[in-house]
Amino acid sequence: MARGMFSETAIKELEEIRRRYPDSRAALLPALHIAQREFGWLSDDVMRSVARLLNLTEAEVKGTASFYSMFRFRPMGRHIIQLCTNVSCMLLGAERLVDLLKDRYGLEPGGTTEDGRFSLVIMECIGACGTAPAMLVNSDFYDNLTEERIVEILERYK
Amino acid sequence: MERVLLKNIENPNSAEIDEYLKAGGYRNVSKAFDMRPEDIIEEVKKSGLRGRGGAGFPTGMKWGFAIADPKFPKYLICNADEGEPGTFKDRPILERNPHLLIEGMIISAYALKAEYGYIYLRAEYPKAKEILDRAIRQAYERNYLGENILGRDVRFHLTVHQGAGAYICGEETALIDSLEGKRGQPRNKPPFPVNVGAWRMPTIVNNVETLANIPYIVEIGGEAYSKIGNPECPGPKLYCVSGHVNRPGVYELPMGTTLREIIYTHAGGIRNDKELKAVIPGGVSTPVLPASMIDCRMDFVSMPKAGSMLGSAAVIVMDETVCMVKVMHRIMKFFEHESCGKCTPCREGTGWLRRILESIEKGNGRPGDIELLRDISEDMMGKTFCPLGDGAAGALRGMLKHFEYEFEEHIAGRSRCKGG
Repeated sequence: MARGMFSETAIKELEEIRRRYPDSRAALLPALHIAQREFGWLSDDVMRSVARLLNLTEAEVKGTASFYSMFRFRPMGRHIIQLCTNVSCMLLGAERLVDLLKDRYGLEPGGTTEDGRFSLVIMECIGACGTAPAMLVNSDFYDNLTEERIVEILERYK
Repeated sequence: MERVLLKNIENPNSAEIDEYLKAGGYRNVSKAFDMRPEDIIEEVKKSGLRGRGGAGFPTGMKWGFAIADPKFPKYLICNADEGEPGTFKDRPILERNPHLLIEGMIISAYALKAEYGYIYLRAEYPKAKEILDRAIRQAYERNYLGENILGRDVRFHLTVHQGAGAYICGEETALIDSLEGKRGQPRNKPPFPVNVGAWRMPTIVNNVETLANIPYIVEIGGEAYSKIGNPECPGPKLYCVSGHVNRPGVYELPMGTTLREIIYTHAGGIRNDKELKAVIPGGVSTPVLPASMIDCRMDFVSMPKAGSMLGSAAVIVMDETVCMVKVMHRIMKFFEHESCGKCTPCREGTGWLRRILESIEKGNGRPGDIELLRDISEDMMGKTFCPLGDGAAGALRGMLKHFEYEFEEHIAGRSRCKGG
């Protein structure tokens, strides 16, 4: 495999994953997840490197990656807030939380704070409807959110 | 009713293999291995189990099609892409009872002669990924997975494959394309995945809850299973209740429990002493029902008679304060975002509908908008590659059927909500 810009650990992980599928293209989504974990977002350079590792064309990699809403194609804040606003969360006040993030942190949906601390992504249902409203901060899951609670949680992310 | 799918989940270590074994887990693997694969399929047919992902296709029949195809290898895929808004029923199985799912997959793979399996898991469940990876590792260590399982001539390898945020990948052919490392767009059918699926081989795609039923069917037999709940579509069922109820959550009840019982007996009734206004019974793709219709039974046979669908049994409860125009606008925004773009009626239609709904909600509705909404939804219904377009159009038509007056009030500027 072409090494490109990936760490040895990531390369080994990917080689192990690749063996579980009948062809290397099937390892593309796992590879993109690893790449995003390593670099924070998928630049053209990173996607070129993924293409080399899996023996795919750049078009195949970019064409696939761009379909999925959880891959990022520009630099993100240090912490990514993924807040659900779908029906169950909306019924229990998710919109007030969106307003609060705007007022308190200057954070718009799809935007990043000026200090690069937070990015906000509006989600389409994260399966926490019974304990709505809910969000992920990076991979950490929080539910039963209120305006007080969301501020308290976000203060832990510097 | 004895709990089957959510058994022992109060145990804080329920996801550990030792706890699962202590509670009798994996026993049905040995029992299944003493049966012939075709006998297991016969039991599943007899059980009357219907797929729990939403469409309700008879599981035994799907398996029969796959096994009749002479091509090998065959692949078994668990659809854990639970993305229908309002749905969180598979999550407790994935996070608290992962070995039940793995046991169900081992038995199913043996019956279907599939040696490789994948759990296609939505990326929005990172915790479930960790828990499943750990559970699979434990199952390999105890030789429930891998080569020569339990000393028998059976092999089954299982991998968790993460999606990346695309609702459409819950549709089985889109899921397969996504698993293959492509854009997750639905394929034309036929051929069906049971004949031409992953890597063009026979592929069985079953929902998490469906597969979690399999060990119990092996344990008590198809006949006994078929007597649970509504005999026309039997079994235990996970109902997930959200919105304006006192005790939202996932409830395991016999198939065919009424909406009234689900909402008032189990979910504790409406919060803050408000009146019930409407219920979306099976996730946002299913038509809404007004409060007057909650005596209908929640199953695959009864719900269509009431003009809706069981879907993923995602019961979204709305009290008297809710503006239906606003809810419909949010639902259409979702469909517009998630339309994969492959076919025109869905790609364009969801966008048009969302824009009209948005203008009505903002108080800019025009006379004739309701006819226009109906006209566009008519042009989408049944004219798309996959059910996403039908879901979007059907949800809107259900809303107009029961709550057209609210849309009229908004357009006439008489609405209480004034711009939502």
